[in-house]
Amino acid sequence: MANRTVVPFGPQHPVLPEPIHLDLVLEDEKVVEAIPSIGFIHRGLEKLVEKRDFIDYVYVAERICGICSFMHGMGYCMAVENVMGIEIPRRADFLRTTLAELSRIHNHTMWMGLLADAFGFESLFMHSWRVREIVLDVFENITGGRVIFSVCKVGGMRRDIDAAQAEMLLTALDRVEKELEPLISAFSQEYTVLHRLTGVGVLSKQAALDLGALGPMLRASGWSLDTRKLGYAAYNDLSFDPIVETAGDCMARTQVRIRETLQSIDLIRQAVPKFPQGDIAAPVKGTPSGEFFARLEQPRGEAIYYVRGNGTRHLDRFRVRTPTFANVPALVQTLQGCQLADVPMLVLTIDPCISCTER
Amino acid sequence: MKIFNLAGTVLKSLTHPAATRLYPFVPRVYEPKTRGHIEIDIETCILRGICDRRCPTQAISVTKAERSWSIERLRCIQCNSCVELCPTKCLSMGTAYTDPSFGSVRDSFTQAPKPEGAAKPAVPAKPAAVALPTTPTSADDARVPGDA
Repeated sequence: MANRTVVPFGPQHPVLPEPIHLDLVLEDEKVVEAIPSIGFIHRGLEKLVEKRDFIDYVYVAERICGICSFMHGMGYCMAVENVMGIEIPRRADFLRTTLAELSRIHNHTMWMGLLADAFGFESLFMHSWRVREIVLDVFENITGGRVIFSVCKVGGMRRDIDAAQAEMLLTALDRVEKELEPLISAFSQEYTVLHRLTGVGVLSKQAALDLGALGPMLRASGWSLDTRKLGYAAYNDLSFDPIVETAGDCMARTQVRIRETLQSIDLIRQAVPKFPQGDIAAPVKGTPSGEFFARLEQPRGEAIYYVRGNGTRHLDRFRVRTPTFANVPALVQTLQGCQLADVPMLVLTIDPCISCTER
Repeated sequence: MKIFNLAGTVLKSLTHPAATRLYPFVPRVYEPKTRGHIEIDIETCILRGICDRRCPTQAISVTKAERSWSIERLRCIQCNSCVELCPTKCLSMGTAYTDPSFGSVRDSFTQAPKPEGAAKPAVPAKPAAVALPTTPTSADDARVPGDA
């Protein structure tokens, strides 16, 4: 048996976008065990709910994460609205769905770039981020912010999408789709990409379920589970099927995300013509009393938002279960038996967001 | 399996201008809705202090005695709630971002002293809005009616 060496990996490492720490037990170049530890970026945002007015807390909830910021705000608002029994206008539902799907495109194109960076394909990384820039410009035009939008509020939305903006949005999506074409072809057919991704980090169908994997990680292992099918916001009115791949390796996870990007474009194209007329926000009266679990599908998987109100303007408890936290056991499983050079790529394929995980 | 997949993209990149802007020589064009920084028309401000109380990051402070309004630029998160809450609409959102800086930047604005006995120029049409207490006793009082 070869000598065992422990290599500390992270929390600060050139290839890691976020601070996760892994103790990698190596036999020569092969990883035999990986011990994860998190806790480097805890900010105490959940505790802050006791100090902030429940309406103003949306701004804090959005800052849990920079990438799925809109969805964190939306999840919090959904939970509070359910506690207070507020029926939000249908137009607000459609606006939320549109911005959520745009966030998914933003996240996935960014992730494609990070993955390319992780296996050393720098130009593919830059081209992916060039596409992402189009989405950020759309966000700025619609909401006024590029990363944090502050447009979701308890009771609905704060900013509307008018006809000109909807037109601009659809034109931008055509551009995104066109510019994604060569990138998709590179990710699916390029020799070097296939060499690095195919057959690496296989997560079997049963293991994915047993370890509680979520989102693209789960769907790449053959499970057709997508929280959007619950029909929250406007997803009831849109037709789509969860994207499923069966191989369970890094390539399958990449393909799921690429196809989800195209699916999001399709969902927005379905949603925009269906925008109902009317208000974008319902009046909010009283204070939340009671508790609720809201679930929604983030780009990284299912997120759960728990809210408990005590009848005052300050909530008792706000708790977020983020998809990255649920995907860490699956990551540890896939790391066992891989080569040291594949570790950054495997960490990337769960699309880790440690800021969300630790809040 | 193919090689030279990105050849077309590479050739396009060679013949096309750069996708990035030569900052700071080429100025940034902001969208009309871009949330850059908060602006105030201090002469129309009635110093109610709603923005001060409701600012999520406590970036704004209003001092009635000194007739001044100030904002700490690096604390402001451009959430736009002060603009929406302002009863006289003297606050507005400017599109340009503030300049980078070392350390905290507090911008203060002070109203010019008014001649004795002259009417306040910015008192809104509804007198009820002025009659409301300036120091609310509870969080509920701090909210303007109909705000959500």
